[in-house]
Amino acid sequence: MKFTLSWLKDHLDTDATVEKIAETLTDIGLEVESVRDKAKELAPFTVAYVVSAEKHPNADKLRVCIVDTGTKKLQVVCGAPNARAGMKGVFAHAGTKIPGTGLDLKKSSIRGVESNGMLCSEREMGLSEEHDGIIELPEDAPVGKPFAEVVGLTDPVIEIKLTPNRPDCTGVRGVARDLAAAGVGHLRQDQPPKITPRFNNAVPIGLHFDKETANACPIFAGRMVRGVKNGPSPAWLQQRLKAVGLRPISALVDITNLMSLDRARPLHVYDADKLRGEIHARLAKAGEKVLALDGKTYELDPEICVIADDSGVLGLGGVMGGESTGVSDETTNVFIESAHFDPVRTARTGRTLGINSDARYRFERGVDPESTVPGIDLATKLILEFCGGEASDLTVAGRAPDTKREITFDPGLVEKLCGVKIHPGEALSILDRLGFRSSVGTRVSVPPWRPDIHGQADLVEEVIRIVGLDKVPSTPLPRLASVPLPVLTPMQKRVRAAKRTLASRGLVEAMTWSFVAKAQAELFGGVPEALLVANPISADLDAMRPSVLPGLLAAAQRNVARGIKDLGMFEVGPQFTGSEPGEQLTAATGIRVGAGPRNWAKESWNADVFQAKADVLAVLDACGFSGDSAQVTTDAPVWYHPGRSGALRLGPKNVLAFFGELHPNVLAAFDLTGPIAAFEVMLETLPTPKPKPTKTRPKLDLSEYQAVERDFAFLVDAKVGAAEIVKAATSVDRVLVESVTVFDVYEGQGIEPGKKSLAIGVRLQPRDRTLTEAEIDAVATKIVAAVAKATGATQR
Amino acid sequence: MNDLESLEREALARVAAAADEAALEAARVELLGKRGSISETLKTLGAMSPDERKVKGPIINGMRNRVTAAIAARKTALGDVALEAKLVAERVDVTLPVRPEMQGRVHPVTQILDEATAIFAEMGFAIAEGPDIELDDFNFTKLNIPPEHPARQMHDTFYLKAKSDGTRHLLRTHTSPVQVRTMLAEKPPIRIIVPGRVYRMDSDQTHTPMFHQIEGLVIDETSHLGHLKWILEEFFRAVFEVPQVEMRFRPSHFPFTEPSAEVDIRCDRSGGEVKLGQGDDWLEILGCGMVHPKVIEMCGHDPAKYQGFAWGMGLDRLAMLKYGAPDLRAFFEADMRWLKHYGFSALDVPTLAGGLSR
Repeated sequence: MKFTLSWLKDHLDTDATVEKIAETLTDIGLEVESVRDKAKELAPFTVAYVVSAEKHPNADKLRVCIVDTGTKKLQVVCGAPNARAGMKGVFAHAGTKIPGTGLDLKKSSIRGVESNGMLCSEREMGLSEEHDGIIELPEDAPVGKPFAEVVGLTDPVIEIKLTPNRPDCTGVRGVARDLAAAGVGHLRQDQPPKITPRFNNAVPIGLHFDKETANACPIFAGRMVRGVKNGPSPAWLQQRLKAVGLRPISALVDITNLMSLDRARPLHVYDADKLRGEIHARLAKAGEKVLALDGKTYELDPEICVIADDSGVLGLGGVMGGESTGVSDETTNVFIESAHFDPVRTARTGRTLGINSDARYRFERGVDPESTVPGIDLATKLILEFCGGEASDLTVAGRAPDTKREITFDPGLVEKLCGVKIHPGEALSILDRLGFRSSVGTRVSVPPWRPDIHGQADLVEEVIRIVGLDKVPSTPLPRLASVPLPVLTPMQKRVRAAKRTLASRGLVEAMTWSFVAKAQAELFGGVPEALLVANPISADLDAMRPSVLPGLLAAAQRNVARGIKDLGMFEVGPQFTGSEPGEQLTAATGIRVGAGPRNWAKESWNADVFQAKADVLAVLDACGFSGDSAQVTTDAPVWYHPGRSGALRLGPKNVLAFFGELHPNVLAAFDLTGPIAAFEVMLETLPTPKPKPTKTRPKLDLSEYQAVERDFAFLVDAKVGAAEIVKAATSVDRVLVESVTVFDVYEGQGIEPGKKSLAIGVRLQPRDRTLTEAEIDAVATKIVAAVAKATGATQR
Repeated sequence: MNDLESLEREALARVAAAADEAALEAARVELLGKRGSISETLKTLGAMSPDERKVKGPIINGMRNRVTAAIAARKTALGDVALEAKLVAERVDVTLPVRPEMQGRVHPVTQILDEATAIFAEMGFAIAEGPDIELDDFNFTKLNIPPEHPARQMHDTFYLKAKSDGTRHLLRTHTSPVQVRTMLAEKPPIRIIVPGRVYRMDSDQTHTPMFHQIEGLVIDETSHLGHLKWILEEFFRAVFEVPQVEMRFRPSHFPFTEPSAEVDIRCDRSGGEVKLGQGDDWLEILGCGMVHPKVIEMCGHDPAKYQGFAWGMGLDRLAMLKYGAPDLRAFFEADMRWLKHYGFSALDVPTLAGGLSR
């Protein structure tokens, strides 16, 4: 919403500076986006007289002009075709910043002739795109005077950003009312004009709606003015429209624009001679078309409210008029429409057809329905004034919707909600200045131009925004405990622990989109229909991710393409099995790519399954869960290498994590080559540790007797997992066997095919005495027997 | 006597002449071994008369002790030389670089969230979370956003495919549905902050289709705008680690708060970077207000009894402002160079006691 200072002062009697006004506007919720003061911007540009203009000695298209600036005569080289002796133009001295180009003008020599300034075009002045020649000023323009002053560009233009709840401020008068309420001057009195009808309106008006859709256009007022002479509107009006970025068209059209901008009351004018039969509002019929004033033809649907006559659709109600019945310079009889259109339907029409117009902007926010008749009267008065003619009586179909409502208001609520003490009288006085009327029992009636006000809280907002939010005292929030209690949930602690653990293990945290391409999701088990985005921002982000891996792999590919070939990355974030709240899981997911940076020591890390497994165990440990109590199975999902991956689970259903090298086909889909190790830890599935009554650790039980280590080598089927052998050895005596470590695995020469040699070291820790050789041998025999029984292994 | 003296002289010369440990050992065997010359001399003591032994004993034993000591000394000297040679041979080039280690980082959004958590936890706020895929009812209706509101349109909000019953879920456009979930589940007093991923149909220089918000909610019987102002003042001062942050509250409009305000903080934008707490510019940083009575009512509480406030801001934006990361899109591109530059060490856990950042 834009307006000029003088325009505002038409409604607001004030001596306040533009700075004060701008500051107040922002303070009361009408946020100022910009204040443009052309008088200041164009101050260096002055009126100059071209004394002479001779052909440039070295260039056909240039002229050498002697310019009288009022203080001295200067030589200027000019390329404009209209530069000639005896004209008056706009002069800029060397050193002036040219708004149109953003450059500082320099004293220069053009093709060997000195030039001490410039005669400017409108484009160079930043006024328009006009650049066919330099600006020509009237003969009586006083030489040396500032250009802006001479052409009346001294009016600062203020632009405010309106929140959607303030339709009343889509008109300058509404802005003035708010400013007056805030104490910046007084709102000038305004009496709606009295129009004396000279004849009977000949255009019948109708509203053709069902009961259910009648609110589309509840009131339609119309009047004819005959014998008008349409032409350019007065200079002051043209100037105003131009100042806010509108193109003046003709007096009749400019008046409707003025009504929109000044009074937030959009109107429409028709050439009455082009209307056929009854003009009426109705819903469009499917397939109907209309050529609108923007020159485009729109196909309509039956939700759209149109204005029509016997010939068909004339225009889009509340959005845009039509070409067929528009006014022109030849119009002599004009029909004025002033109607009310439903905000919701108007917004829908604009959205469906893709039309943004000044009318839509106002109607979709909610135009004051009570302004229907005063609005048309004021427009009629202006038409009679600018275009002559005589007015008919007013025909009104329907009724303005009843907006009357009262709110019981307790002024004490201002202090309760805002913490600032306001005298009840002051609160009511503010409301009164805003157009609210209050009776003794503090029943406050809402003016018809404020569709946003419905309850006490709304009135509190009205009061506090005028009082000023800066008056709200900063008030410490009472503490709930002197030393704050811990607030993180077990799950939040897990997420934090997982992130910092993985980072400490050399992985870099990434955050990638929660959506991926459907084709990518398919590689990771796919997603149900319920997880497809109906309106994705792009086709490759159309499915909620079933795993974090596709995002990380795509990121890895981008990094590899940039030459970063060794990397480790993780993300702790959501993944989805379905669209219901319980079907979103938090996974700690990571990848390791490459064999480590090339280096002299040759020892590097490996992007292999054991690295991934180590990452998983580290995350579990950080979350307070020992991986020892989980079972390792070899059934990781299809996106892993079938022989180099595993799952860590508690029971058949409860998967804690997957880990392993990724399947080459998956890597190929991401244009990556392996090996790449990956892991996914499902943080929600970890068992929640029971809260303990104390933080005391269990007693440390150290034995003072000598521990004994014995090594065993087994020959076993290659398919047997090491874990089975370790488990069998451990279970021989859970008290005595302190630990079992695997220290050698060998397949190949010397070992029969299909078998492997696996060596374990067993540490025995007696608790009450030193073991004798015989006792050690007895345990060793039991271990060999147990391992043989469990796995078919033989001792080597 | 001369024999003994010359024997000792010869013995000591042998020891001194031993060039390495093997030669020294050979000398030791020849001198002190079972049949060594000194051992043989010692044996002669047995055949002597007690008087003679009294005289010769100390002399011969003295000789043996001196030779033994000489051998030990020589052994030490030879060991030192050998060790010296070994150490010289073991020299490496210490100017070589160390073995490469991977350097992990946490994302700046994680860091700023941990910072915000530290501050708000200190003020007694819990952290509430909710699903990314939301019900229309929680994301819009219960927040007093009417069905025709522009935010509900397909060009602003991501919707999932409609289910068989015709309803469709959406990707939450703000973290506010967690306010609804919390109010429906809990009794006041409520003090929560809600961080999380949110989604909007936006993609350009300064917008991404997914970003992070953090919002706060206080519901009780007395909390008002003045408390909100204090919380925000304290928060911004603490999170930006500056002595003071000047804020400006501007009246604004949101469907779920009444009165509503937007908050700007004073900054200096000259020189291409944003400096907080100085300058003449204002930077819009968050939206807030008193929770709309209708929202309180729709979430199951009596608006005549309970009141409170809420605020919300961009978490990524907070990180951008504090740490000077210029481009929001880079937050989600997972460029290792960016992550390493703007990321944080695993051990940089923000605490109020130690200062939020290094």
